[in-house]
Amino acid sequence: MQFKSMVVSNVELSPNYFRMRMTAPQELLASAPGQFLMLKVTDAIDPLLRRPFGLFDVGTFTAEYAGCGTQAYCEILYKVVGKGTKLLSALHHGDVVDLLAPLGRGFDLGPAGEEKVLVGGGVGLAPLYYLAKALVARGEKVRLFAGGRNRDDILCITEFERLGVETYVATDDGTLGESGFVTQVLERHLNKGMRIFACGPTPMLGAVAKMAALHEVPCQVSMEAYMACGVGACLGCVMKGANHTEDTPDYRCVCKDGPVFDSFELQWS
Amino acid sequence: MQRPDMSVAVAGIKMRNPVMTASGTFGYGAEFADYLDLECIGAMISKGLSLKPKAGNPTPRIVETPGGMLNAIGLQNVGIDAFIEQKLPYLKNVNTPVIVNLYGNTLEEYGEVAARLDGLSGVAGIEVNISCPNVKQGGIVFGTDPGAAQEVVRLVKKNTTKPMIVKLSPNVTDVVLMAKACADAGADALSLINTLTGMAIDLERRRPVLANVTGGLSGPAIKPVALRMVWQVAKAVKLPLIGIGGIMNGRDALEFMLAGATAVQVGTASFLDPSAAQRIAREMEQYLVDHKIESVSSLIGALEL
Ligand SMILES: Cc1cc2nc3c(=O)[nH]c(=O)nc-3n(C[C@H](O)[C@H](O)[C@H](O)COP(=O)(O)OP(=O)(O)OC[C@H]3O[C@@H](n4cnc5c(N)ncnc54)[C@H](O)[C@@H]3O)c2cc1C
Ligand SMILES: Cc1cc2nc3c(=O)[nH]c(=O)nc-3n(C[C@H](O)[C@H](O)[C@H](O)COP(=O)(O)O)c2cc1C
Ligand code: FES
Repeated sequence: MQFKSMVVSNVELSPNYFRMRMTAPQELLASAPGQFLMLKVTDAIDPLLRRPFGLFDVGTFTAEYAGCGTQAYCEILYKVVGKGTKLLSALHHGDVVDLLAPLGRGFDLGPAGEEKVLVGGGVGLAPLYYLAKALVARGEKVRLFAGGRNRDDILCITEFERLGVETYVATDDGTLGESGFVTQVLERHLNKGMRIFACGPTPMLGAVAKMAALHEVPCQVSMEAYMACGVGACLGCVMKGANHTEDTPDYRCVCKDGPVFDSFELQWS
Repeated sequence: MQRPDMSVAVAGIKMRNPVMTASGTFGYGAEFADYLDLECIGAMISKGLSLKPKAGNPTPRIVETPGGMLNAIGLQNVGIDAFIEQKLPYLKNVNTPVIVNLYGNTLEEYGEVAARLDGLSGVAGIEVNISCPNVKQGGIVFGTDPGAAQEVVRLVKKNTTKPMIVKLSPNVTDVVLMAKACADAGADALSLINTLTGMAIDLERRRPVLANVTGGLSGPAIKPVALRMVWQVAKAVKLPLIGIGGIMNGRDALEFMLAGATAVQVGTASFLDPSAAQRIAREMEQYLVDHKIESVSSLIGALEL
């Protein structure tokens, strides 16, 4: 869907990290965790392209203005890294943005009963919150392993805990949780009968994918790529599939075939 | 006043309005069906097709630049047979002309791809790409040398009974020379322009951003160049022209028509706004209504100097 959306709030959670809520059509409530949106941050031609963001949350709220019943919303959690996200961080309540959503293939929640393990690095926590909500709603046991460079990168842990998710935190500099990589913490807790869902920097996802393969744990990863269209038309966002070689190339479209992939579908160098 | 007449015809291909979707920016059509009414645009042009499926270039393949973007997709496509089997049946059911964009790695391949399309219902015409900057063979070699271009055009012409549009590259010193060469060799129409070769550098890594090092620049940044080329060619060649390059709205499109284009193609704009082609057609019509102009074709080449 393409729709205009009103910014409801846009709050700085920790330095350079923002959580933005926008109004959405009711249909968006049927989106799957792991799906994403493409946002046009300005009507001007610079920056020209839309920016992709994972759905952090969707839901309904009762609007404060008169004559309005319940209104569907979607939220994103984003980090200011450049031109587009800088402009985004300056938006206020009442500003209007243009959205394409929901896009891509989301997480497959898997059979009930297994333990669900979420692994997030930095802003990679964004789609995992929506996922955690969906899993908890099914009555599943969910654990979260969150990693970041320092304490400012660890976001919304209280929100996860409020859902009843058991959380483990690791930071590179030890300012929050254990010191070191979150993958080291994860390794100690891995065993068969779990299912992993991971989102974060590609090297982290690679490490998680290897670990999952070693322990024979099913694992889905949410990937990032530079995108132009978000709908599978430009072929700009591809990455190498597991069987890719120079002679028999195998490219997967992140926006259309993903962003969520089974970890064995991709090539990890 | 009655609604203005928006219809045009390019080399015998009748269109309800002058807005086509540019090759490589509209997938195979179905990708956009949720965002616009495919029966409200003038024509659809497929992704560039080759004889065999093509994997394309390594990543990163795209990067944004001020007012534009660079792409080095490398003509990834499903190949002509898979297109005919898997994509064309859907397109046949859409009441909008489909034009197949094609290219070859060799001269013979150009001829072969054209031959496979001939006689197929559901294909209104072909657009021969002699201008892709992102592949080693094919594309650019044929697009920058008038003699080579003529060979391609003559061969394709021999292998097709369909209207043949030839898509020109801006990466030449004299676009008029190339246009004349293609016209003499039998092109029924010309579309211009393809992307301009460009480059982006990552200063932190001191490396090119694109894996292919260079890429094709598209978007609003190239519009002035495209407009100039359409205007130059329109003065020198009698064939119908299709203007392409940075068209974002109805006014941009009409500027190309004043410069001499019979129709336009919308490329990068579809990435920012998947309904762009339909919106642009509507905006053109509104301009005509506002200015009490009865038919859009009266604007073709109507630039006053
Ligand atoms: C499916 C998907 C979901 C995403 N979800 C989120 C999310 O929930 N929250 C969030 O903060 N970010 C997310 N991103 C990344 C986000 O899209 C980029 O950070 C954003 O586009 C950068 O825009 P900018 O104009 O600020 O940066 P630019 O000025 O364009 O670039 C600044 C820096 O950011 C890097 N960058 C630009 N685009 C991307 C990209 N697509 N992926 C990775 N790095 C990029 C550039 O290489 C450069 O180093 C997601 C990306 C994808 C593909
Ligand atoms: C991602 C991308 C892929 C493209 N692929 C093709 C192609 O396969 N064949 C072709 O003739 N042109 C291709 N083009 C060029 C466009 O059709 C068009 O000529 C160009 O983008 C300029 O128009 P614009 O500024 O409106 O985008 C491609 C352009 C882009 C951006
Ligand atoms: S972003 Fe265009 S194909 Fe994925």
